[in-house]
Amino acid sequence: MASKPARSIATWAAVFLGLTFSGLAPALEWNLQPAGSKLAADIHDLHEYVMILSTAIFVGVFGFMFWACYAHRKSKGHKAEQFHENTTVEMLWTVIPALILIGIAWPATRVVVAQKDTSNPALTIKVTGYQWKWGYDYLKGEGEGISFISTLATPREQIENRAPKGENYLLEVDNELVIPIGKKVRILTTAADVIHSWWMPAFGAKQDAIPGFIRDLWLRPEKTGTFRSQCVELCGKEHGFMPIVVRVVTQDEYSKWVGEKKKALAAAADDPNREYNIDELRQRGERVYAANCVACHQPTGKGAPPAFPPLDGSAVVLGPQERQIKLVLNGKPDTAMQAFGTQLNDVELAAVITFTRNNWSNRTGQVIQPSDVKALR
Amino acid sequence: MSAVVDSHGHPADEHGQHDQHGAHHGPYGGIMRWITTTNHKDIGTMYLWFSFMMFLVGGTMALVIRAELFQPGMQLVDPDFFNQMNTMHGLIMVFGAIMPAFVGFANWQIPMMIGAPDMAFARLNNWSFWLLPFAASLLVISFFTPGGAPGVGWTLYAPLTVQMGIGMDLTIFAVHLLGMSSILGSINIITTILNMRAPSMGLMRMPLFVWTWLITAYLLLATMPVLAGAVTMTLTDRHFGTTFFNAVGGGDPVLYQHLFWFFGHPEVYIIALPAFGVVSTVIPAFSRKPLFGYTSMVYATFGIAFLSFIVWAHHMYTVGMPVEGQLFFMYATTLIAVPTGVKVFNWVATMWKGSLTFETPMLFAIGFLFLFTLGGFTGLVLSMVPIDIQLHDTYYVVAHFHYVMVAGALFAAFAGVYFWLPKWTGRMYDERLGQIHFWLTMIFFNVTFFVQHFLGLAGMPRRIPDYPLMFETWNRISSIGAFGFGVSQLLFLYIILKAIRHGEKAPRKPWEGAVTLDWTRLPTPAPYHSFETPPVL
Repeated sequence: MASKPARSIATWAAVFLGLTFSGLAPALEWNLQPAGSKLAADIHDLHEYVMILSTAIFVGVFGFMFWACYAHRKSKGHKAEQFHENTTVEMLWTVIPALILIGIAWPATRVVVAQKDTSNPALTIKVTGYQWKWGYDYLKGEGEGISFISTLATPREQIENRAPKGENYLLEVDNELVIPIGKKVRILTTAADVIHSWWMPAFGAKQDAIPGFIRDLWLRPEKTGTFRSQCVELCGKEHGFMPIVVRVVTQDEYSKWVGEKKKALAAAADDPNREYNIDELRQRGERVYAANCVACHQPTGKGAPPAFPPLDGSAVVLGPQERQIKLVLNGKPDTAMQAFGTQLNDVELAAVITFTRNNWSNRTGQVIQPSDVKALR
Repeated sequence: MSAVVDSHGHPADEHGQHDQHGAHHGPYGGIMRWITTTNHKDIGTMYLWFSFMMFLVGGTMALVIRAELFQPGMQLVDPDFFNQMNTMHGLIMVFGAIMPAFVGFANWQIPMMIGAPDMAFARLNNWSFWLLPFAASLLVISFFTPGGAPGVGWTLYAPLTVQMGIGMDLTIFAVHLLGMSSILGSINIITTILNMRAPSMGLMRMPLFVWTWLITAYLLLATMPVLAGAVTMTLTDRHFGTTFFNAVGGGDPVLYQHLFWFFGHPEVYIIALPAFGVVSTVIPAFSRKPLFGYTSMVYATFGIAFLSFIVWAHHMYTVGMPVEGQLFFMYATTLIAVPTGVKVFNWVATMWKGSLTFETPMLFAIGFLFLFTLGGFTGLVLSMVPIDIQLHDTYYVVAHFHYVMVAGALFAAFAGVYFWLPKWTGRMYDERLGQIHFWLTMIFFNVTFFVQHFLGLAGMPRRIPDYPLMFETWNRISSIGAFGFGVSQLLFLYIILKAIRHGEKAPRKPWEGAVTLDWTRLPTPAPYHSFETPPVL
């Protein structure tokens, strides 16, 4: 009988451990991600160097402490000596750490200076943080003029546990940033609403994206492949859901990608002068809504008031179209409602506005044409 | 100040009569005693209980966070509420739990350690405390306003703060009240220490706990107004059309960060220095040996306080500073390792060749020493700009500051409570349970936070409600540790209540090596009014 509590404790422990390790399919990650560039490798070396020094000092200092705990115990009959203050010892333990710090600061300084040198890039790309997606504009170098928005591609069913999670859960996007191997890429960061932060650990590159200001960083990838990361500055509700994916390709592949992307962008260019019918607009609008609006206003159109107002039954959506078009174009200051006029074209805007006016319980039957949007820009 | 001392310096017989109506509390009984009290011991007790309640509230929020992070996917709360939990956990723990806990120690101990009858400004002292429950209520009420509490992180970075609901304004007012309370408390502490010491107690004869609090109080006076200014600017940006932090009107969001961290970094030492003071009291007592380098400890405290004002931008390496700025803040930050090292070496040298026993206060002090130093080393790692650029805003930083704040400040607070509980209540805690509390706390703390270093290195951003699959295992372990840690603190509550109700009567000086005036010159438990005439040293 006495073993009963023991057995139940053991059972519970087993259940706990089982729960803990049931997800232990991938290897345990416990160090910096593998370096994909020289800069990242330098940072790894610096980290290793500081860690080795720190560990040695830590073991030394606490070696003394635990030896004291063991050998100088009262229970072993150790009598306390009453010494205190010793100028030599105190000078030594002030000066030696200072020297060690110089030994650490010197190599660190070299990396800091290298990391800040964004001169002479082969390619310049502007990254814009939006709540909650990234915009990429190729400003200079091969691919100049390419521009796209990059959004989380993980389906909401996976996030809400209604579907099994994929391998790259929360680290997959619809449009990856593509760059060539071995070229110095300068990245300019900025943001449209609040502060975000763009991070690519494999290249030792992190820079806050600050609304109204432009900052820069550089990277020079030395490995091809797909590299993944996330926004690292709290930027509101969907902060955890705006991944960053960079695909590094060879120069040939890059040139090919640039050609295809430009062609695709040209082909996908909507004709803002055509008249669209309601079904075309509603179908297109549903896709635009899913990519841009659903995080706040929800699939049900009910939003999450008061921060994110409902669209279903909304006075703005059911009211005069000018007001809604202007709101979507220009955003609402000091809220997460952005000026979508800078992100979406007239056809997309017309489509999504038409969609909201003819979905859920909204039944206005009104069709907003791209020309209506253009007129209010 | 001599007037205060004189007014209590009655001749002995008159003194005896005086004691009859106010021996154990002031003129009121029941709840009015606590509302009207101007006694430093009553007020210290209220600070400590308040801080423990806030610790439980903030801890519950941490458990909500850890429960959501137990596995990938959104299970329990929505991302918005998750952000609110993060924000309030940070604010409540820093301003509601840790800071008031050490002010509680200051209230109880400083007058008794310097031979003063009470704090200098007794009524102000009452008000300093009673601002706190109102501030805490504002924080809690913000959850029930439209839009809920702010979901911006405890750092309250602009311009995300502009998007929040009315809960943000309540939080700003709460910060104002908390700041007022701290400033008033600091003025009181400084005045008490500088003017009310026993006549022959020179500054360099003060116990180290008193020294650390003197310097801490100056740090509070210098930085709290900066925080108050920064949140007020946020308030006017939100409601009155200013653009301090908005580029559209010529402002700069990064200005907020400079202001916040000019407060925020000294704040780290506002929390850590009194903890150093407690540990510097406990370690010599249980080593039965004087503190190794008293003078260098005092100078190191000054050194840390000075450096804390010139390192703030190491929290901002990724905002895009010029290279000169990064280098300056990197060098200044690494320098902090020197005076901090002096302290650690001093504590170890104090234990060296002592006659050590390991009662609960000593265990917590050693736990503090070990884990705080570990947190110091990760701080050194983070001070390196290139490494920090990899680790900034990841779980590595979360692990680092919990080693400093929890294993640092909280462990020291536990050490202090176990050490002084006999003095305060006249009763002993259950030593066996105290040691169990220490080991549970120690083990679960490390289970919770050590693995977070790995998460940060591997690339998990902080403040995310859901995470990629590769982070799953460490998060599960961390969550289990967090629940263990939380439950262990209920044991602490039980130990304290048990000691107060049925604890063994404490001897006058239960700790052989205790040397401060509170132990050597006062009975145990300390009488309601102590040192009505200053002791002669």
